[in-house]
Amino acid sequence: MRHSDALPTMVNEPSRQRGIGAKSKPGKLKSTMIRLKNDKHLYVLMAPYMVLFFLFTVLPVVLSVLISFTYFNMLEFPRWAGWSNYTRLLLDDDVFLIALKNTIIFAVITGPISYIACFVFAWLINELRPKARALMTLVFYGPSISGNIYFIWQIMFSGDSYGIVNGFLMRFGFINEPILWFQNPQYTLGIIIVVQLWLSLGTSFLAFIAGLQTVDKTLFEAGAMDGIRNRWQELWYITLPSMRPQLMFGAVIQITSSLAVAEVAMNLAGFPSVQYSAHTVVTHLIDYGTLRFEMGYASAIATVLFIIMLGTNLIVQKLLSKVGE
Amino acid sequence: MTLNFRWGGERRINRSWQVDVLLFLLLGLFGAFMVIPLIYVINNAFKPLDELFLFPPTLFVRNPTFNNFPDLFHLMAKSWVPFSRYIFNTVFITLAGTVGHVLLASAAAYPLAKYKFIGSGTLFSIVVLSLMFSPQVTAIPNYMTMSWLGWIDTYWAVIVPAFAFPLGLYLMKQFIEQIPIALIESAKIDGASEYRVFWKIVMPLVKPAWFTLIILLFQMLWATDGGNFIYSEELKTMHYAMGQIILGGIARAGVAAAVALLLMIVPMVLFIITQSQIIQTMATSGMKE
Repeated sequence: MRHSDALPTMVNEPSRQRGIGAKSKPGKLKSTMIRLKNDKHLYVLMAPYMVLFFLFTVLPVVLSVLISFTYFNMLEFPRWAGWSNYTRLLLDDDVFLIALKNTIIFAVITGPISYIACFVFAWLINELRPKARALMTLVFYGPSISGNIYFIWQIMFSGDSYGIVNGFLMRFGFINEPILWFQNPQYTLGIIIVVQLWLSLGTSFLAFIAGLQTVDKTLFEAGAMDGIRNRWQELWYITLPSMRPQLMFGAVIQITSSLAVAEVAMNLAGFPSVQYSAHTVVTHLIDYGTLRFEMGYASAIATVLFIIMLGTNLIVQKLLSKVGE
Repeated sequence: MTLNFRWGGERRINRSWQVDVLLFLLLGLFGAFMVIPLIYVINNAFKPLDELFLFPPTLFVRNPTFNNFPDLFHLMAKSWVPFSRYIFNTVFITLAGTVGHVLLASAAAYPLAKYKFIGSGTLFSIVVLSLMFSPQVTAIPNYMTMSWLGWIDTYWAVIVPAFAFPLGLYLMKQFIEQIPIALIESAKIDGASEYRVFWKIVMPLVKPAWFTLIILLFQMLWATDGGNFIYSEELKTMHYAMGQIILGGIARAGVAAAVALLLMIVPMVLFIITQSQIIQTMATSGMKE
């Protein structure tokens, strides 16, 4: 028993969790110190990652909020500006409102569609035999892994008759003149949504494929005996409830990425895009942060983006956790 | 009646072949939508210049040629940074970032998955929260941090933040959780230290999760253009070079297609090799309330 007394507390073992404290009953501070000391190897293991994680992910969020209340141009020391960045952003900046509107349109369309697409395709692929399953997984996951080659859409939608889409439409007589896809605000938003959807079957799609494979197969047989008559009932009563943890995870990934649309929009529609038709909150942030160097104002945009992303995620998590209860 | 559409199903309860046919047509249709642009990239890389500008444009190559690849190196040999340098930069950033991330994230994931200690719950909650916003939120303070560290215009500005990529830690922690506790305990009773247990017991058992972290980081870093951090031409990446070549216009379309193929094919092959391991890891990705 000598060794196990020195062991740090393992999860799933309530008896040992109380071990040290219960025996000696020292003061609260002292027992904390003892626990910290016993677990020191664990902290050492985590330290390298956690230091970098706090430096590059946690601290920046805090800094961003602080800077958003200042005027800061990277050259002079930041000057306190109170709420002025926020009032300017929300009340005076018409372009931000366009960006916000576009972001919401993108997110409301690509978020749910991509989420459902991830699940539906994973569900269909799961019915295939292993070889076909592996191939179709590659086909659907391919775009999101293939190293930002979405510029191929730019060539496919290129404005002259060499663009494959114009060429196709002209050959079959739908149009006579090539369409300048990215110069027309009417089309840009639509094309970016299509490309964004094409790219969106990523991590959550894989999580769903994997989750479907772990659903207990005997549940389906038991369900059939209990009167489940078709695949839709099976999906609703057995598959979806067994996959809830993966569904929650997938929701987080899809929501976050659907609110972060920027790179595709900038590369396909140009920056700034015609009549700001592809301007989003993130491109607005890039505009002020990397071109105009108004860091205070850009940080206010980043803070608003942070609140939107975190808020949407937490609300959706709440709603999803209620499903099927 | 026994139309074996699913190539001999092991599980035929509650399935009618009519709906099967309909659903798989749907799958095929969307599969085509996903795969056509990729096929187009592959074919373009082997098209001679005249074929790239045919009207009507073609999807498939007729007279395949390998000339675009030597052309790429010739073209870039004339510029003052040879193309091989862009390749080296991308490969170096990708390898260093990926290896560092797998090691650091695994080391941090093991205590979080298997022990309850002061701060463990809070730390993991913060990691989960960090999945809920995208890196653009932190871009501005990170730029300042980088300039304070003196890392602007070095590889490190791209590599080191990748070490602490939150999704990797999350997936690794979820995967380590399902390792039987008995394996770890018995090693400890034999007198192994925490570090030894991590390195000799846990790490070999989580190989599938390594591949998942590798593919995530690989695809992210392979596609990096250096962001706002890298200015020197000799430190720029392949993705950046591709952008420059495309800007070069029509005459370079063949060369651009060749670079696109290089960028696309490497992560894809990696995924093909590791697919089954990755699926195994993702099975544990679920979020518990």
